[in-house]
Amino acid sequence: MSALPTKRDEAWRYADLKLLADIWQDMPAPEQVTVKAGESMARQISEIPTIGNGVAIANLDVIIEDGATFTLHLLAMNAQYGRINIKTTLGKGSHFELGGAILGSGDQTLEIVTETIHAKPDATSNQVVRSVLGGKSTGTFMGKVHVARDAQRTDAAQSVKSMLLDRSATANSKPELEIFADDVLCAHGATVGELDKEALFYMASRGLDPEKAKRLMLQAFIDDAFVSAGDNVRDTIESKALAVLEALS
Amino acid sequence: MLTINNLRANVGDTEILKGLSLNINAGEIHAIMGPNGAGKSTLAYTLGGRPNYEVTDGEAHFVNKDGDYDNLLDMDPHERAAAGIFLGFQYPVEIPGISNLQFLREGLNAQRKVRGEDALSGAEFIKLAKEKAGLLKMDMEMLKRAVNVGFSGGEKKRNEMVQMGIIDPKLAILDETDSGLDIDALRIVGDGINSIMRKPDKAVLLITHYQRLLDLVKPDFVHVLANGKIVKTGGAELALELEEHGYEAVAA
Repeated sequence: MSALPTKRDEAWRYADLKLLADIWQDMPAPEQVTVKAGESMARQISEIPTIGNGVAIANLDVIIEDGATFTLHLLAMNAQYGRINIKTTLGKGSHFELGGAILGSGDQTLEIVTETIHAKPDATSNQVVRSVLGGKSTGTFMGKVHVARDAQRTDAAQSVKSMLLDRSATANSKPELEIFADDVLCAHGATVGELDKEALFYMASRGLDPEKAKRLMLQAFIDDAFVSAGDNVRDTIESKALAVLEALS
Repeated sequence: MLTINNLRANVGDTEILKGLSLNINAGEIHAIMGPNGAGKSTLAYTLGGRPNYEVTDGEAHFVNKDGDYDNLLDMDPHERAAAGIFLGFQYPVEIPGISNLQFLREGLNAQRKVRGEDALSGAEFIKLAKEKAGLLKMDMEMLKRAVNVGFSGGEKKRNEMVQMGIIDPKLAILDETDSGLDIDALRIVGDGINSIMRKPDKAVLLITHYQRLLDLVKPDFVHVLANGKIVKTGGAELALELEEHGYEAVAA
């Protein structure tokens, strides 16, 4: 096992290192996932596996072979310190779709950290992450995209939006691009905002009480991350998220 | 139905309404006209309970279902809606990700719940929405889209009237609902206001700059609002006089 990370390790700078120290020797090795050439696979993590002492970690190392598609949906909310690590290596003409929501309250620290390696030409990736953070919680998305010299015509997109319900909450969004090819599209956008007060009053003027109005807006906000999921997955994940959103609003 | 007595209100640190009094009875349509900055929109927002519109003095009471009067200023915005007040916005707000239908059904059913009425089922609601959209000649497909997102200025105003039709309020306060409408849309909106609101148990407060809406929706009373107060009240003919001579000459 490698040494416990410190704040100087970029990939761990926003982590809850105190809680991490307790379980560091039990850190699971990444689960290896391979999507065979031309095939499609969908996975969901709606509950991060608990390692112990308030810490939950999910760790995937995914290989998407040529022409294959991997669709992944994530919900980070069920731990004092929760982290989802996803490393993906894309083959020629493959696609990686990621939708994730981070819902934090109290003094939770929740992270989604992705490393997306476009190793071959003509692959596409799309990552959509939405965070709703209240109290003194911290929500972090770090997304590194690496485009190899040979990976021409890569199209890699990232959209990261965070909603702070209290001024004491923290959102970290860090897209990172490392591009060695010259014919690529790498769109990335990150915003941090608060609930639209005008919209809340508009909804109230039509009869919605403040809690309900807030909840509807938060639901619509995180729904961006799950439009790429099938109806069943979307319903399951969103109903789990809804329980937490109700507590937040 | 609505009584306003000596109402004073601030927006931020600035006093905008400076002792406004107005009575609106069931079956009446009132128009409020006045120069820019007189406080017309502030009156609408203050009656709607918008945050940051602070009442510093005066009273406003609104009739309840038993015929008694409740203190409107004590009520939260959603409670005012449930009591039967509809606010038509000058600039309707866009809400991405929430469809018009969901927005209105949740709103209407929340109001019904407060009033002790049963919630409308999905089918009942769609039937009602179809009927009102048809009345305002709005494509039902637009109601499936997110609230006001990508709507033109005129479509947003028409959508306000569809919402009013679905919610079926006792009192509609319409803030420049006619601005931004072309001639045909103005006629549709005017007809909509008449068919939805011109009833013995309902009332309308129309805030407008232009006579053209008042040609379609004939007011029983026209008030001139200037510098935070109503300075003149008359019948429908007052609007024509204002149109011809301007506020300064008529209200001075």
